Amino acid sequence: MTLHPMIAALRKHKAGVVLIAMQIALTLAIVCNAIFIIYARVENVRRPTGMDESNLFMVTQQWVGAPSGDDAASIQKLDAMQREDLNTLRSLSDVESVTPVDTLPLFPSSWNGSVALKPGTDLRSGTARSTYYFGDEQLLKTLGLHLIAGRNFTAADITNKGFRDPAEASMVIITKALADKLYPQGDAVGKVIYLDGGNKPTTIIGEVERLQVPSVDSWASSFVWNSTIEPMRLNANFSRYAIRAKPGRLDAAMRAVPPALYAANPMRVLDDDSIKSFKDIRAEAYRADIGMAVLMGVVCVILLAVTAAGIVGLTSFWVGQRHRQIGVRRALGARKVDILHYFQLENLLIAGTGAVIGIALAIGLNMVLMENFAMDRMPVVYVLCGLVIVMVLGQVAVFVPARRASNVPPVVATRTV
Amino acid sequence: MLGYYVDLAIRSLKRSPGLTLLMILAVAFGVAASMTSYSVFRAVSGDPIPWKSSQLYVPQIDIWGPKGRLDQTDNNDPPDAMDYAEAVDLMRAHRAKFQSAMYRVSPSIVPPDPTMHPINVGGHAVYSEFFPMLDVPFKYGSGWSAESDAQRAAVVVISSKLNQKLFGGANSVGKTLDIDGKDYRVVGVLDNWNPKPVFYDVVNTGGFTTEQEDVFLPFQRAIDVAMPNDGNTNCSEMPKGSGFVGLQQSTCVWIAYMAELDDKAAAAAYKDYLDGYFREQKAAGGFDWPLNNRLRNLPEWLASEHVVPSDTKISLVVALGLLVVCLVNTAGLLLAKFLRRSSEISVRRALGAPRMAIYTQFLIEAGTVGLTGGLLGLLLTWVGVWGVSWVLPKEISTLAHIDVSLLVLTLLVAVVTTMLAGLYPTFRASRVQPALQLKSN
Repeated sequence: MTLHPMIAALRKHKAGVVLIAMQIALTLAIVCNAIFIIYARVENVRRPTGMDESNLFMVTQQWVGAPSGDDAASIQKLDAMQREDLNTLRSLSDVESVTPVDTLPLFPSSWNGSVALKPGTDLRSGTARSTYYFGDEQLLKTLGLHLIAGRNFTAADITNKGFRDPAEASMVIITKALADKLYPQGDAVGKVIYLDGGNKPTTIIGEVERLQVPSVDSWASSFVWNSTIEPMRLNANFSRYAIRAKPGRLDAAMRAVPPALYAANPMRVLDDDSIKSFKDIRAEAYRADIGMAVLMGVVCVILLAVTAAGIVGLTSFWVGQRHRQIGVRRALGARKVDILHYFQLENLLIAGTGAVIGIALAIGLNMVLMENFAMDRMPVVYVLCGLVIVMVLGQVAVFVPARRASNVPPVVATRTV
Repeated sequence: MLGYYVDLAIRSLKRSPGLTLLMILAVAFGVAASMTSYSVFRAVSGDPIPWKSSQLYVPQIDIWGPKGRLDQTDNNDPPDAMDYAEAVDLMRAHRAKFQSAMYRVSPSIVPPDPTMHPINVGGHAVYSEFFPMLDVPFKYGSGWSAESDAQRAAVVVISSKLNQKLFGGANSVGKTLDIDGKDYRVVGVLDNWNPKPVFYDVVNTGGFTTEQEDVFLPFQRAIDVAMPNDGNTNCSEMPKGSGFVGLQQSTCVWIAYMAELDDKAAAAAYKDYLDGYFREQKAAGGFDWPLNNRLRNLPEWLASEHVVPSDTKISLVVALGLLVVCLVNTAGLLLAKFLRRSSEISVRRALGAPRMAIYTQFLIEAGTVGLTGGLLGLLLTWVGVWGVSWVLPKEISTLAHIDVSLLVLTLLVAVVTTMLAGLYPTFRASRVQPALQLKSN
């Protein structure tokens, strides 16, 4: 069959053709951008933090009327209170291990700076940006991190400092990502770095495979795997503890914490938000991403359904309009399958034209989103994916009316002429 | 005649229920999706203090210079908060009608009821002018005086929610409250005041937060008792000293600042003052980079801080796109529907109906589809707003709500857009040549 008579026929109802093509173009543009957004969000949520997240929870508590933490004596007093808490928590029967922490991956609180290979570099222009985690010798075990080179901290390595004390640690464990950035030859362990533009050398004593930074916001995306662990307890009027419960004892361990801490010292704040399982921390961190993915998914489904319905509706109308012509073709010897193919090919032609315009629109929409909302450039594969979806959708939608057209009996040609 | 057309429309729509249902569903889904996104967008992009936002200004002074720019995309913007020295200098100069430096605090409170455990509250350390500047409503009492600022008095203003929790909602003015182990006298209880975004300190709250603002206490008092800041601290170099005192001596920025300037002249004079302040510091050897100050009014400030989440804007753009597709779809289906009735139109035209009558008849039919779609859309919008409260972050989803204006807008958008979509099909219908149609039948 040649395309010429088909195009000539389409000319007879330009408006309908233009409307369907437009609809397909817009659908393609929106669907491939939406799928791209969904994919990016799902990728974000699926990346592992590097921790063993099961049986892990975090406690945040605040002491009432605590010493200021501005002088050495009060810092030691705060540290004594923190060590007392650690002992209390470690003695709980459902608890496997405990470490003091300043924050955890995905928790909305972080301490970020930069590390440099040379002393006295500007804070903001070091060799690599990094997040700092503070903990003791049980941090690796409690968070379930994989040490891949060097050694863990020992109890003797652990020091303490006031929360706002600028002092830097003499040794750190860093993530492989950060180590590779600083020392691309892969021999970072034993080397010296300088933290936050300081002049005091810090030795890298170990490397962990992976540890995500706390923030999931876009500003942290450039250094999302650059973490530095310092062997320190931070002393302030509040403290945080990461706790690994014994397998299957997470709920029991979480329930046991408030009474135990209140018994040790009642003058503290422990409220609804104080004790959080890591599962909840993760859910809260990615709620926006998952929400966006769900919204885009719903929009896609509605869009595709509406477009399919539109194609069915308009094609049905055309079939009705050409009822007699179909009968004539059948009477002149066209088979059912020829009629079916005619409508399928017609749809392919219209959808194809719409899709070509749609590709341009999709790229345009992506550029608008990049310009205004800091979105990434959409890889071509999403456009192709959208293209396949709308073409298949068109064929599926046109099948029902086309089938009805192919069932028009040849005898129609002889009637009412 | 109108009633007759409505009757005709309903008859015609009933004649092809499948097609009619398709159109109604398309309009309903399109309108519901865009109205749901709009309800979220409206909630987060509204002006939190519309009667005054153009008189409230946030000054920014470039105390870091180019080396402090971390983010190259921010158009060489100076730091968006202040260090302690700068905030205190500006307060002392007192060049605006009202002004306040402020920082976020998160102290503990020991409830008067001895059976309750201590609780943690959020709030701000502010100057006395904070309350008149932002027209903060009081249920009991008032803010404190400028003298209390100067005397670093132990006074506090609490939220009505905290008042409910601690004092059972009674007038607690004059009562004593234990904050971080020290006694404060309650001088005022706020009426319901919970502006979103938290426009007076978006730097430390991000604008949208689930955390409550329960206490407001004098800035210098909080500094005196070393009540630590809870929020962002940004440094271009590490503080030399340690502790909270070290932070106050550093160039790290952690203090929000707002000033009320009632007219353009006052704003210009204030900008001159800021520039003069910068030059003074530069002359004293503090800064060796060019002048780069900003003085933005509240709407400009909220825009520059990107307070409206980009996800919300993207959703709105995508949902509006969906609405357009739904309308193109409706236009196509209406076209099919109207042209199928060419013979009916011809008969009417042949019997003397002017084109205008055809227009009216078919636009009413389109409007009927729009209205029905809109009513269904209302229901779906309600489902949608309920649904987003499950999937969006709490600090945003709790703000989205349905009210009369949203309901009216939903119906209006549905009817108007469907009639717009019906314009072209109606135009085509009115151009049907009666003679041609009548002959061929």
